Amino acid sequence: MKFVEEKIAEFSLAFQLKSGSYFNNFQLVYETYGELNSDHSNAILICHALNASHHVAGISKKNKKDVGWWDNMIGPDKPIDTNKFFIIGINNLGSCFGSTGPASIDPETQKQYGSSFPVLTVEDWVNSQALLADRLGIKKFAAVVGGSLGGMQALQWSISFPDRIDHAVIIASTARLTAQNIAFNEIARRAIITDPLFFGGDYYSKNTYPKVGLSIARMLAHITYLSQDGMTQRFGRSLQSKETYSFSYEIDFQIESYLRYQGEKFSHSFDANSYLLITRVLDYFDPAENYDGNLTKALSCVSAKCFLVSFTSDWRFPPSHSHELVSALLENELDVSYAELNSVSGHDSFLLKDFEYHQIIRSYFNKIKV
Amino acid sequence: MKLRDDLAIIAKWIPPHSRVLDLGCGDGMLLQWLNEKNNCRGYGVEISSEKVNQCIEKSLNVIQADIDGGLSIFDKHKFDVVILSQALQATLKTEFVLKKISSLGKNVVVSIPNFGHWSSLFSLAKGHMPVNHRLPYEWFNTPNLHFATIRDFESLLKKLNFTNIKAAYIDESNSNSSKIVKRFITLRCTTAIYQFSPPKS
Repeated sequence: MKFVEEKIAEFSLAFQLKSGSYFNNFQLVYETYGELNSDHSNAILICHALNASHHVAGISKKNKKDVGWWDNMIGPDKPIDTNKFFIIGINNLGSCFGSTGPASIDPETQKQYGSSFPVLTVEDWVNSQALLADRLGIKKFAAVVGGSLGGMQALQWSISFPDRIDHAVIIASTARLTAQNIAFNEIARRAIITDPLFFGGDYYSKNTYPKVGLSIARMLAHITYLSQDGMTQRFGRSLQSKETYSFSYEIDFQIESYLRYQGEKFSHSFDANSYLLITRVLDYFDPAENYDGNLTKALSCVSAKCFLVSFTSDWRFPPSHSHELVSALLENELDVSYAELNSVSGHDSFLLKDFEYHQIIRSYFNKIKV
Repeated sequence: MKLRDDLAIIAKWIPPHSRVLDLGCGDGMLLQWLNEKNNCRGYGVEISSEKVNQCIEKSLNVIQADIDGGLSIFDKHKFDVVILSQALQATLKTEFVLKKISSLGKNVVVSIPNFGHWSSLFSLAKGHMPVNHRLPYEWFNTPNLHFATIRDFESLLKKLNFTNIKAAYIDESNSNSSKIVKRFITLRCTTAIYQFSPPKS
């Protein structure tokens, strides 16, 4: 068994952010799978969504129980085949799995950034990913791939670096959040910020963290990742280890127990400041913003071939979001394909193993020339 | 690469370098031929995931959508030719679909099965709905909702004020070979292929 070892790339340069702030020093943690070919034409970047990391596939050397978050999709002979492609997973800036984030030490103050960590954007992430690509000698990616927030990064790559990307594979994603999407993010943020242990974001020095707020944020988000039918199939109205109602506010239903467990688990593994930050990254993403909301104009510089996938039961970024994007890509006369797959698993479908889904991704990547 | 005879006729009507939208493109044979032999720039539309996958295996641009309700994606883009081959009879709002597709392109090519073919009449006379190699479904499991004879269809084209109407009638009653029909068309044609332009505004 070969284990995957994470690598660190340190950057000492003035890295300008969209907000006007900048970093003088930062680091990105990443993993790679497969071999880079001699002309460096087989590289694929996998972009992660809100709570995932650079550990995309395989078993981590650091923690042998830690299987990559997209291991069903990426690996030898898998739909995105590491026998053909050299695949990179990066932990994004501002996250909490090793790349510079709010919990990192600010070299200027020698204290953890906490509330002073700058708010980032998808554009900033993509720019930082390009710096890592430079360092690895990759001038052009065969494909940039991502689901959900990861898909927004793939789209941004095709806008920011049209010459550096052959294919953008955008799964269960969107060109911009709706008011409803932003509303869910705002509730999550309020849950964290109003937790008495948040201390304005500077909880690290107090050796505590807003555990309750973060777990409520996660419970809420988790509902939006599933579908009503999926939840009904899995939990229905089943009671949790009891025959009748307790006539109290303790856990009665299985779904309550499940959500509390998910929230609790997440609150131990994720940093609240990173959660706040990344929900803001989602909110601010809107390539059409500078074109009076005209997405077609925003995509006029794109030259990548695009492949979009959406899932019928996804109500976080439903198929209508992909339709808008496909329509704008078509208007620009770009090569675009789109699959709208049946599923009951909601937004989470993009992470799950499904025959039709994996077959269609496999077919697409088989045809990518390297 | 050999095309099915009805597709070969359609292919001949499509000028090189056209921007083509093939609705109900199936496994993408026609689009692949048009792209490779005719330097067209084609997009397919298909509802079946299996067929979408077959198109992707051919490196074609394909959009998974329902012709009955999913064509608004294409509203902003004008195609040179919109093709609807052997699929109109399976649409729910057939008249609406015809109007809609004619708004998406400068030219429209539609092919339909002729329900007035003598073999259909023969089946009906014997008391049964026709089932054959071209229409292999029983009445209770057929995806085809709107059957028409070629004369019925031509009346609809006129009613909708389409212009530059051109037709080819083929007889595929022998499953191995087909031929163009010039006489006794209404009885002998199995598939009719039409080309027309949107109404003059």
